[in-house]
Amino acid sequence: MKYITGGVTLKLEAGKCTGCGMCMEVCPHNVFSLESGVSGLEGRRAVIAARDRCMECGACEKNCASGALSVNKGVGCASALINSMITGGEPTCGCGGNSGCC
Amino acid sequence: MPEIKLILKTPSGAQGSAGGAGGAACCCAPAQAEWITGTVPTPAGPVCRVSTTLTRSDLWGNFKCRVSSFRDSYSVPPGLYAVGEPAESSDIFVSANYKFSFDTLRSRLSGLDAWILVLDTKGINVWCAAGKGTFGTAELIERIRATGLAGVAGRGRLILPQLGAPGVNAGEVRKKTGLRVCYGPVRAADIPAYIKAGCKATRQMREVRFGLVDRLVLSPMEVLPAMKRYPLFALVVLGVFGLGPKGIIFRDAVSGGLPFLLLGLLSVFAGAFLVPVLLPFIPFKSFALKGWITGAVVVLFGIKAGLLGRMGSAPVWAACIFFPMASSYIALQFTGSTTFTCISGVKKELKVALPFYIASAAVSAALLLVYKLFEWRVI
Repeated sequence: MKYITGGVTLKLEAGKCTGCGMCMEVCPHNVFSLESGVSGLEGRRAVIAARDRCMECGACEKNCASGALSVNKGVGCASALINSMITGGEPTCGCGGNSGCC
Repeated sequence: MPEIKLILKTPSGAQGSAGGAGGAACCCAPAQAEWITGTVPTPAGPVCRVSTTLTRSDLWGNFKCRVSSFRDSYSVPPGLYAVGEPAESSDIFVSANYKFSFDTLRSRLSGLDAWILVLDTKGINVWCAAGKGTFGTAELIERIRATGLAGVAGRGRLILPQLGAPGVNAGEVRKKTGLRVCYGPVRAADIPAYIKAGCKATRQMREVRFGLVDRLVLSPMEVLPAMKRYPLFALVVLGVFGLGPKGIIFRDAVSGGLPFLLLGLLSVFAGAFLVPVLLPFIPFKSFALKGWITGAVVVLFGIKAGLLGRMGSAPVWAACIFFPMASSYIALQFTGSTTFTCISGVKKELKVALPFYIASAAVSAALLLVYKLFEWRVI
C-alpha cells in the first residue's frame, strides 16, 4: 500500500554513503538497495530504490553512521497533528501519554 | 485477573537494580505474576525467569488491549528477564514494557536460552515508543548499565526489534556498551528462523505488512474513540429537532432526530470500520477521500432505504453534506494506526481536509437552521 507524497523528504547523499547496508536492515518498507557504479563511485552504495514506499519513520537517518541519509521524521497520524494545531506543541499522539507505569 | 497481579510489590533483589534507573523508579513488579516461573542467579543478583507460553489470562489481557482503553495501562516492570537457562554468551532480546509487546516476544522464544531486556517505554509498544524516542538510545544504554548486563551477558548479541530503529542508533549503543548489536526481524514470529540463520533476516522479515487481519484487529479501537463523541452528537441532534418555539418537544426530537442518529452510526461504521478493513480496495490514496467516498455510499444507501422518510429537502441536503464528511474525518484518524502513512502526507491531507470539514459543517448547520425557521413559520 502506498500513500500520498511518499518519501518526499528522504534525502541520500551518495558521496557520503559507505555502502554498509544498515539502511536496508532498518527500513520497514524495503526502500533501499545496494548497487555498484553509483555516481561513478567504487564499490556498492545505497540507492533509494522505492521512494514512494517511504513512511518517513526516520530509522535510516538514525542508524546511518556516515550521515548520508536525512528525512523529516514524524508520525503520520492525523490526530497527533490536529492536537499539535490546537495546543501549539509538537505533534505527539495521545496514545498512552500517561507517565510512569501503574 | 492479571492486571491486579501487576501492581504487587517487587520481590527483593530481582529487578531491584533496574528499578532506580533513569530516575523513573517503577513502583510495581509482578511478584506472583503467573508468567514468572522462577529466578536465575546472575552476578548482578537473581533475575526473573519468564514462561514462553501465554496463559488464558495473558491472552484475555491482550484481547482487551484490542477492544478497550485497557491498553493504556498494561505494562510490565522494565529490567532484565531470563528465558530458559541463559548464560553469559546467550542472546539478549530487547523489548518495550507494554505487556502485549513483551508477551508477543516471550511467546516466540520457546526452546531458547536467552535474556529479555525490557525498556521503560511508559507502557507503549516498540514502534510507537521508538517514534516518540522513549524506546531510544539513551534509555537502552541506561537500562544496560542499570541492570549490570555487561557482567551478566557480556558475550551475548543484543538483538533489537527492527521497529525500534527510529529511536535507537545501534552504532552508538555498540560503542558505548561494547555489546554486539544487531537488528532482529519486524515480527517476533520470525525470530526462530532469524536465529537459525545466524542472525540474518530475509527481505520479507524486514518488511512491515498491513494485511486484512492486521487491519481488522485495529478496527475496534477506531470505532471506540469515534463512538465516545456520539452522545454529544446525539444530544445536539435531538436538541435541534426537538426545539420548538415553546421549548423542546420530545416527540419531535425523536421522530425528526432518529434518522440523523442512525445516519451518524452509519458514518462511524463507514469511517472507522469499512475504511480500515477495505483500505486497499477503496479508490484514492488519501484517507480523507477514502472516508468521504465510503461515507457517501453508505449514507446514500441509508437514504435510498428510506431512512429520512418524508423529510424536507433542507435536512436531506444537510445529511448528504454532513455525514460523508464525518466519515471522512473518522477515516483520516486511521492514518495514525497504519504502517505506511507519513507525516508529510498527513499534513497535506489536513491542509485541504480541515477547511473542507469546517465548510461542510457550517453549510449543514445553515441548512438545518433554514429548516427550523420554516418549521417555526418565521420565514
